[in-house]
Amino acid sequence: MTTSDPNALPSPPRGIDIAKGDFQPNLKRRYQYDNIFKTLTWTATFIGLIVLAILLVDTLVDGLPRLSWDFITSFPSRRPEQAGVASALAGTLWLLLITAVFAFPIGVGAGIYLQEFAPDNLFTRALEINISNLAAVPAIIYGLLGLAVFVQLMNTVTQGRSLLSGGLTLALLILPVIIVATRESLKAVPDSLRLAGMALGSTRWQTVWSHVLPQAIPGIMTGTIIALSRAIGEASPLIVIGAQTFVAFLPTNPFSSFAALPIQIYNWTSRPQVAFHANAAAGIIVLLVVLLMMNGTAIYIRNRFQRRSL
Amino acid sequence: MTDSSPTGSRRSDLWNPNRAKSKRDELIVKIVFGACALLSIGTTIGILYTLIFEMFQFFQQVPLRDFLFDTQWTPLFTNPQYGIFVLISATFLTSFIALLVAVPLGILAAICLSEYAPRGVRAWLKPALELLAGIPSVVFGYFALLFVTPFLRNVLGFDLQTFNGLSAGLILGISVLPIIASLSEDAIYAVPDSLRQASYAVGATKRETVINVVLKAALSGIVAAVILGVSRAVGETMIVTLAAGQNPTLTLDPRVAIQTMTSFIVQVSGGDVAVGSLKYDTLFAVGFTLFLITLILNVFSFWFVRRFQEKYE
Repeated sequence: MTTSDPNALPSPPRGIDIAKGDFQPNLKRRYQYDNIFKTLTWTATFIGLIVLAILLVDTLVDGLPRLSWDFITSFPSRRPEQAGVASALAGTLWLLLITAVFAFPIGVGAGIYLQEFAPDNLFTRALEINISNLAAVPAIIYGLLGLAVFVQLMNTVTQGRSLLSGGLTLALLILPVIIVATRESLKAVPDSLRLAGMALGSTRWQTVWSHVLPQAIPGIMTGTIIALSRAIGEASPLIVIGAQTFVAFLPTNPFSSFAALPIQIYNWTSRPQVAFHANAAAGIIVLLVVLLMMNGTAIYIRNRFQRRSL
Repeated sequence: MTDSSPTGSRRSDLWNPNRAKSKRDELIVKIVFGACALLSIGTTIGILYTLIFEMFQFFQQVPLRDFLFDTQWTPLFTNPQYGIFVLISATFLTSFIALLVAVPLGILAAICLSEYAPRGVRAWLKPALELLAGIPSVVFGYFALLFVTPFLRNVLGFDLQTFNGLSAGLILGISVLPIIASLSEDAIYAVPDSLRQASYAVGATKRETVINVVLKAALSGIVAAVILGVSRAVGETMIVTLAAGQNPTLTLDPRVAIQTMTSFIVQVSGGDVAVGSLKYDTLFAVGFTLFLITLILNVFSFWFVRRFQEKYE
């Protein structure tokens, strides 16, 4: 080892050349880049919103002239100017009801079990991974499952391509979402409540039922309604299990064959005649209004109960 | 509940512990709710069983080699050929275009929301972007077919067929944008402030801090978000069915009509298929391929987060 001058500056690391201007702050140029970058991020954010705005305006312009009370109360027809969404809207509301009846109790029950009762072991963790995997399975795969299980295998119970089959398929589709929402809401309830309940001698379930659930229920309701609104807009699983596009009656029981709004919209959009496209746009408006009402309810519940619980 | 005093109450038996009943209730609740949780396993088994069972039926009639190496997909013709890569190429093409849109826009929007937007603006901007996630995909399909394609053709002068991969892919990108933006934003927002302050302290500007420090710290979350976005795009159905067409072609040309895996399933199941027929089995063979692709993507995404997540205390 050679001894070097102790006063000499250490040589700069490789790749850095002081003579070329490295280590010069050059703040002006860097701030310019900063501004460009900032503008880019804002642009990116607003592109999504602008597309959303164009989509809504385009649909309203195409669909509003077609929208009338007659449109809502008429059945599908080969003549576009006489066609309406009565049976599709009724089918969608039926599906909403059936899906909620099955998905809500089962999803909340599973959520409560996983969050409040399940032991922390390998099996529980496998269950959790499985649920998050199910949440990411494409909707159309649930359609294939529904076709094989509810339409074919359980034909005698569900009467084949019926509202019940559709509702059960959609219920399976949104179960993971409801389970996750339930768990998140339960997680947000402070542990002190559970400890207080148990200190008074109540069992785990008594504590959950009387103290934890009332606190968590607004969150659970909100999550469920949002999950249901996702199910209502879903077209692909219903097409796979065999929803009809030409239903000239209102379903009166869950074993009836059915149409649904997204299917009707799909059918009208894929027709070549322009007049049907106006019908599709009007159908979209009806669907969006249904979704808006559901989401409005979810937001209302959240705001109302959040204030009370504090 | 006026009658709640412990003494002299007609309901005073309520104050006597009934441990046997409590225990029984506890057990019943555990079993019933545990069964609800087990249903998710049942769903997974159901999906795997139906897909694999019908797929075996399919491969008894069509050799695997043809499935993988044929260059035609014509299961509805009299002389059927089953080259799955025709459908996979279409799915790949639309998903790729979607990513070109959604990844830069999503990550930049996430940066904007987390780092640049003032708190007040963020409070309405984030829900507004999530509104985009609430639009049903059939509505996006309508928009892609009846607005975007005519717009690209007539206003921008693109030489497109009525059905094409380009406008389907673009709108597919818009539809997965909120997932990528929202999950990336969670990851970026979770990076502790001490890292940003350390970066400012050594003289970095905000952009340098964001790109060199914050983005790197949040990388695992962002990659996971992108992979989940890809998986969503691959499984998305109505947009590609409406806007990309029903014409199975082995091509990566975004201007022509193609058919993705999902739109094949819609096309075939839309007509009445006889159970047990080869057509019916084909449905499940394609479904299984789709399921396998998305499953690999999802598992990879979970693994990536677990493996590369930075833990800050």
